[in-house]
Amino acid sequence: MPLIAEVFPVEKDDFVTAGEASAKIKRTLKKLGVDSALLRRISVCSYEVELNLVIHSLGGTIDFQVTQDSVMLLVKDRGPGIANLELAMREGWSTAPESVRMMGFGAGMGLPNMKRNADEFDIKSEAGVGTEILMKFRLK
Amino acid sequence: MVIRRIAELLEAEVILGEDKLDMEVDMAFSSDMMSDVLAYVTGRTVLLTGLVNEHVIRTAEMVDLECIVFVRGKLPTQEIIDKAKENGMVLLATTHTLYCTSGILYSNGLTGIGRRK
Ligand SMILES: Nc1ncnc2c1ncn2[C@@H]1O[C@H](COP(=O)(O)OP(=O)(O)O)[C@@H](O)[C@H]1O
Ligand SMILES: [Mg+2]
Repeated sequence: MPLIAEVFPVEKDDFVTAGEASAKIKRTLKKLGVDSALLRRISVCSYEVELNLVIHSLGGTIDFQVTQDSVMLLVKDRGPGIANLELAMREGWSTAPESVRMMGFGAGMGLPNMKRNADEFDIKSEAGVGTEILMKFRLK
Repeated sequence: MVIRRIAELLEAEVILGEDKLDMEVDMAFSSDMMSDVLAYVTGRTVLLTGLVNEHVIRTAEMVDLECIVFVRGKLPTQEIIDKAKENGMVLLATTHTLYCTSGILYSNGLTGIGRRK
């Protein structure tokens, strides 16, 4: 039984509210007393994945769950999927348009950053279908 | 280095957080790319950036950055300032370029974040 379970919808191109789900997740975990270094790792992952939903996907959800000993982020979107996962996981590789770069995003660091910061990271994607990312963090 | 010293060295305008200038930071990070901020920043860091939008504040919030210096004379809008205020941040603005801002602080003893392995 999770202590906390909440699903945050994230819409495509919604740059105005981008990051609000991550801010809520961060506040919730802070209240639970999660230590600051771990909290930062979780926040970086949720923010990067939330931005990817806004920038690259057709929209999706972040399913946030906290249990006694772990935090889980399960992210699913409605497409368009990633054709070449190996390329997408490479630092510096990005298909973000110039308009997104002007906002400070599209450095191609998001996915590698999530992989580095999560205790468990799993990505599945199918072109034309969608992308699913599971990240887990151990609570001490 | 205390933020007050940073403001003095950069002849910066204190836009927000006059009451927090005695706060300490251990290092600085310069970037206009927010993903690089997310990839590198740990610990008590001041962000030097030429990017001025609300995403800078949100990004700072995610990695617990408490002080941001806007360079090249760029000034944040009231909306951005309000968002920073909600997060208890200090905002400074200097007319120096990003390179010179970094150089001034580095040569006065404020180190940067090391290379990643
Ligand atoms: N949810 C997604 N849906 C479709 N494509 C994605 C998604 N997330 C990432 N990608 C693809 O993977 C690339 C790399 O992602 P990332 O490492 O976060 O860098 P960035 O977001 O800066 O481009 C993106 O440019 C995009 O092509
Ligand atoms: Mg990204």
